[in-house]
Amino acid sequence: MSSRVSRRGLLFAAVAVAVALLLAGVVSYFASGNPDGLDHVTARGCTEVGGALHGSCPAQHAREHALAGSPLADYAVDGDDGFLGVAGILGVLATLLIAGGLFWLLRARSGSRGGQGRRDRS
Amino acid sequence: MSTLAMHASDGLLNAPTSLATGAVAVLGVAVALVRARTDLDDRTAPLAGLVAAFVFAVQMLNFPVLPGVSGHLLGGALAAILVGPWVGALCVSVVLVVQALLFADGGLTALGVNIINMALLGTAAGYLVAVALRSVATRSRAGLLGVAFVAAFVNTVVASAGFVVEYALGGQGAVSLGGFAAALLGVHALIGIGEGVLTALTVGAVASVRPDLVYLLRDRTAAREVTS
Repeated sequence: MSSRVSRRGLLFAAVAVAVALLLAGVVSYFASGNPDGLDHVTARGCTEVGGALHGSCPAQHAREHALAGSPLADYAVDGDDGFLGVAGILGVLATLLIAGGLFWLLRARSGSRGGQGRRDRS
Repeated sequence: MSTLAMHASDGLLNAPTSLATGAVAVLGVAVALVRARTDLDDRTAPLAGLVAAFVFAVQMLNFPVLPGVSGHLLGGALAAILVGPWVGALCVSVVLVVQALLFADGGLTALGVNIINMALLGTAAGYLVAVALRSVATRSRAGLLGVAFVAAFVNTVVASAGFVVEYALGGQGAVSLGGFAAALLGVHALIGIGEGVLTALTVGAVASVRPDLVYLLRDRTAAREVTS
């Protein structure tokens, strides 16, 4: 951890993570379950029977997701969408880890410990 | 059930278009990876991770826009205002990849169009609007909120327009393109209002506690001197 990370910064990060976890873990249960704009418009003209679209519409050839059988598919846990909040929390943590890790590696290093790799052009 | 699928799925576009859009998305993300470096330092890198996680969370919160129709945040303008356009594009890209791989949301062959529309086009459009109106955003708090709203609205509509173009190039369904375009743009104008409100609320909240973390408000020359 960098010594530059101030207490103020840590507090900000903690609050931001808490808000994201609360939104994905709890508020998500109150989200609309209706199809979103894209799904709605691409399915117009088709009727849905057992999850498959019949008729003619922009999405008439849409296929089931290749990973539809994966443990967290459709923000459920093993198909149980009562665990939406758990899936949401895992998603927030996974995104934080992957994006945070990526950005930490990408950052232009400053100070004396910037010895690895080439010098930044700026 | 596919009630929580939020992005374009597989099979909407034909294989050549999926391949071509995939290649364009890879190219765009590669450029963003290179350009993002100068906007990332010890202070902003963790913030950018938080922005991505926040966009993931808020994308789960579908809000009603019409009877039987919902919308959700795309997040490109929000991310660009907070962490800059290149890092912002990467934030939304990471969210889309996590959704497609971990939650089976957004088709794997459609990842290209989803990244192009939401991470690249939407983010770029939102950021360009925000920069064009920067003097308004820096003048007052109301100005900042207004600019965030307009940038986010444009981001949503442009992202949906991107899908219309891609569908015109390689759509696989039976549809009159004019009606499809009108319906998709119309519903995304409504979703754009929600996107605008959520973006203004978030940017306003960050600006009230840490205005120094808002990319759009930062003095670019000063920021560059500090990082070099």
